[in-house]
Amino acid sequence: MIPGSFSYHRPASVADAVKLLSDLGEDARPLAGGHSLVPMMKLRLATPAHLVDLHGIAALKGIRRDGNNLVIGAMTTQHDLLASDEVGKSVPILHEAALLIADPQVRYRGTIGGNVANGDPGNDMPALMMTLGVAYRLEGPGGVRDVAAADFYQGAYFTALEPGEILTSVLVPVPAAGHGYAYEKLKRKVGDYATAAAAVVLTMAGGKVATCTIGLTNVHETPLLATDAANAVIGTSLDAATMKKAAEAAEAIMSPAADARGPIEYRKHVGGIMVTRALQRAAARAK
Amino acid sequence: MNDMTPTREQREAVLEGMGCKRKRVEDIRFTQGKGNYVDDVKLPGMLHGDFVRSPHPHARVKKIDDSEALKVPGVLAVITAETLKTVNLAWMPTLAGDVQMVLADGKVLFQNQEVAFVVATDRYAADDGINKVVVEYEPLPPLVDPFKSMDADAPVLREDLAGKTTGAHGPRKHHNHIFEWTVGDKELTDAAFKKAEVTIKEMISYHRTHPSPLETCQCVCSFDKIKGELTIWGTFQAPHVIRTVVSLIAKLPEQKIHVIAPDIGGGFGNKVGAYPGYICAAVASIVTGKPVKWVEDRIENLTATSFARDYHMTTEIAATKEGKVTGLRVHVLADHGAFDACADPSKWPAGFFNIVTGSYDFPTAHLAVDGVYTNKAPGGVAYRCSFRVTEAAYCIERAMDILAQKLNMDPAELRLKNFIKPEQFPYHSALGWEYDSGDYHTAMRKMMETTGYAALRKEQAEKRAAFARGETREIMGLGVSFFTEIVGAGPSKNCDILGIAMFDSCEIRMHPTGAGIARMGTKSQGQGHETTWAQIIATEIGIPADNIQVEEGNTDTAPYGLGTYGSRSTPVAGAAIAMAARKIKAKAQMIAAYKLEVHEDDLEWDIDGFRVKGLPEKFMSMKDICWAAYNAVPPGMEPGLEAVSYYDPPNMTYPFGAYLCVMDIDVDTGVYKVRRFYALDDCGTRINPMIIEGQVHGGLTEAFAIAMGQEIRYDETGNVVTGSFMDFFMPTAVETPHWETDFTVTPSPHHPIGAKGVGESPNVGGVPAFSNAVNDAFSFLGATHIQMPHDYWRNWKAAKDLGAVA
Ligand SMILES: Cc1cc2nc3c(=O)[nH]c(=O)nc-3n(C[C@H](O)[C@H](O)[C@H](O)COP(=O)(O)OP(=O)(O)OC[C@H]3O[C@@H](n4cnc5c(N)ncnc54)[C@H](O)[C@@H]3O)c2cc1C
Repeated sequence: MIPGSFSYHRPASVADAVKLLSDLGEDARPLAGGHSLVPMMKLRLATPAHLVDLHGIAALKGIRRDGNNLVIGAMTTQHDLLASDEVGKSVPILHEAALLIADPQVRYRGTIGGNVANGDPGNDMPALMMTLGVAYRLEGPGGVRDVAAADFYQGAYFTALEPGEILTSVLVPVPAAGHGYAYEKLKRKVGDYATAAAAVVLTMAGGKVATCTIGLTNVHETPLLATDAANAVIGTSLDAATMKKAAEAAEAIMSPAADARGPIEYRKHVGGIMVTRALQRAAARAK
Repeated sequence: MNDMTPTREQREAVLEGMGCKRKRVEDIRFTQGKGNYVDDVKLPGMLHGDFVRSPHPHARVKKIDDSEALKVPGVLAVITAETLKTVNLAWMPTLAGDVQMVLADGKVLFQNQEVAFVVATDRYAADDGINKVVVEYEPLPPLVDPFKSMDADAPVLREDLAGKTTGAHGPRKHHNHIFEWTVGDKELTDAAFKKAEVTIKEMISYHRTHPSPLETCQCVCSFDKIKGELTIWGTFQAPHVIRTVVSLIAKLPEQKIHVIAPDIGGGFGNKVGAYPGYICAAVASIVTGKPVKWVEDRIENLTATSFARDYHMTTEIAATKEGKVTGLRVHVLADHGAFDACADPSKWPAGFFNIVTGSYDFPTAHLAVDGVYTNKAPGGVAYRCSFRVTEAAYCIERAMDILAQKLNMDPAELRLKNFIKPEQFPYHSALGWEYDSGDYHTAMRKMMETTGYAALRKEQAEKRAAFARGETREIMGLGVSFFTEIVGAGPSKNCDILGIAMFDSCEIRMHPTGAGIARMGTKSQGQGHETTWAQIIATEIGIPADNIQVEEGNTDTAPYGLGTYGSRSTPVAGAAIAMAARKIKAKAQMIAAYKLEVHEDDLEWDIDGFRVKGLPEKFMSMKDICWAAYNAVPPGMEPGLEAVSYYDPPNMTYPFGAYLCVMDIDVDTGVYKVRRFYALDDCGTRINPMIIEGQVHGGLTEAFAIAMGQEIRYDETGNVVTGSFMDFFMPTAVETPHWETDFTVTPSPHHPIGAKGVGESPNVGGVPAFSNAVNDAFSFLGATHIQMPHDYWRNWKAAKDLGAVA
């Protein structure tokens, strides 16, 4: 568990970081909190020749409101998210999910940018970002572009990031006032990735579900939007038969790997349960 | 006497002797990050070694090419079995009478086996070197399932044993067979089963797991060519044994070997044996003339240094209709991996597994253990238990529950009916042990009363009815466990390690000012010896514990001892400490008599000094006696105040306890919650109640981990799939249940202070309590025995197999 050798760079601006990454090419990797990248390097599963540390770039940090968007800088840590009243008020599901990520030590270092750019299906933020309809702002040699979270993930560790590009912020549309939300995560212990997890954001009208989005974590090689499951509950009062249908629709798109968390059948089964539990809790919270 | 004279209570309190919740003195340095561990040892010019390990579980090693590795800047040497053969160290003896490859010699027999040792100027260069060593393997079929190890067509694992029909423990039945060990009266037992009104039979597995101390195994070896001396700093639970083993296998004179075990970050049995890393670091130091450090990483620790358990126990009980047990028959298939590196006393290939009759009065019993080789890491060690005692306790405690279920009896009732009675002690068990003391009924009843056992059973019945009505998806289990341990190895008549009797020792030196230093052959790895050993001395000789410095772990200064494991420190070294202190006291009495000008017999001991009987004002404190020992001893007496004691215990000690676990399980997800856990321990005399509580908390946490998920698992092709803390369940404070502790006190009649040892009881008693709770929860759905570990998905699977989830 000793990493190979690498050189270390600490640019002071996004432009410098982009230039470094473009010049150094394939062998260079951005370094954020290091809590996904460094463990991989220690196992020599990742052997970057250059690390471009983003901690020197002040512009990448911070949380601000911009119209109906909450703009969160890529280098904002999970701890910063939890410490933000603005986040707690306008997108409380971010607090709920961040608290289920690892432990305080990891949350002090781990960043939202690293969590979503990593492309690990086990990360919790990506499915949540998809559920919230977030756009990622990317900056590279070709300029700035926004990519929807839902279009970002292509496979395990494969994303829409182009060579030399970095993710600078995530743009979170603030959900409607009175929305209900829940992030249900089954894990074996603190610090474990989800056996299965589900994010739900919904609104209710007259006792019935008016709008609903459902995201799924760690039940496929990418995070998933469970669109059929969400559609199945819209217009219903979440009766038992509907819940069953939603769980089945969600399970239908899951294809988790068998691992020490359990066999495929189990992970899908509890994935369905996470969906129903998240729906129940979200509905109870909606005003 | 004036008002300033301290009261008796004050004089007692100042001592902080036995029974006092003295704060742990070692924690002052540990809580400030000032401990001194092996990895803190940094010597000038020190080199670093690390292993090339096998990716294959079973393969022939065709070729090792180190040419590219030697080109890596900083890499100085690559040591292979061929190098080691030149000093006759390619193989080493194990504690169990087997031999083990230090580095792969022609073949590898388990994944992550040590193949070559790369020595470099720093750890990074060593690892870069490892990546450049090219090893050519020819894969062979792996043998993973111990139940297939003795099939006629099973692959031959140990080619070095070809043609050897006898091993260290008698005849071998098959090329993958290590030993068969039998105890008890087979005929009588078979007869009891023939006559039995009721019998049960179940294959109860105790899965492979690992002690996983936070600090991994490590050492620094430094060979001084001029003096011909080898100094080894290492994570050793038994430093003297290491010194003797090194002397015997490296052919170095024993006085030229200095073994130092500094602070140790947990051992739990993992640090008893000798590992290839120690040999390779020593050889590398001898070859290079420089100090060489070897530090295992987590993956190496979990996958290569000694595992624990892996016992598969086919268990049968015979009983009457009324639930009186009449016979016990157990067959164990013991998976030792590639080499039998079991850390047991030499004559005990299955440790003290013959304590398997537990706390019950079995008129007859028979036990047979077959040890076998598989393509897995070698072992196994006693993970926080005396040798194979936790396996035995799990076996009998699970089996008693299965019998209770068959008889439709309450498991606590069944146990009460079969306990050895207080008047039967000392009790001779059917499998050959003499239990020293116990009062099981009192302990069990106290547990039942304190926890409200009857009310809990009532609640369980109500919850089961609600579950049947479809009102809840949660089921409730009560896990009863009543264990008897056998600890304190051990009497020289039973126990030795490589021919050295398993005594232990203490040397005490009192200084003129009434302070002293005490040294023992044991070695704390977190047990708090610096605190408790001083407390024994404080009570025995009336000197405050704060004035006694306790030192362990340096073989140059400590008297020879067999180390700390198997809960032996208090039963054996604790006794040696009391005996050494009593020698000090006896000499002190002579000095006091001389100074007070009376006959020795006219003196009586009074807390912290001697008093003349009938003349209370004529008193000499121990502190003053220490001074006098250095200037005014009676004519003809040698000055000074020192004593050494080597204690060979007359018997083992037999701690026991009554545990209860209350658990709720969500059948839909398999998620469990330990609602309550109550642990009553009887470890005889209690030296430091706070430390006992800490030991019980730690042991219960490990028991919880083992029962509920902690596992070293291999897939069918021999890959170890639980090589990191991501998948090897290491609970944090969040997962760990709340522990309620309690006690009774039944002193050991043969131990000088009546103490029995407690460090491992909670692991021994805890595992069956958790497992019985899970099994009890599912029993009303038709389960008789569900194998450990009981992690979420397996609980869900149990529920599904029983038809409780769709
Ligand atoms: C014990 C432990 C438990 C954990 N448990 C969880 C958990 O339960 N749930 C969870 O979601 N996560 C978990 N994590 C991961 C943790 O949240 C990481 O911090 C996170 O995945 C990555 O963020 P980071 O800032 O540490 O990124 P890094 O590790 O520095 O980087 C991760 C990857 O993203 C790339 N990258 C980083 N920032 C950018 C950027 N701005 N633009 C482009 N590429 C970038 C890096 O090059 C690298 O490939 C755990 C980690 C540990 C150590």
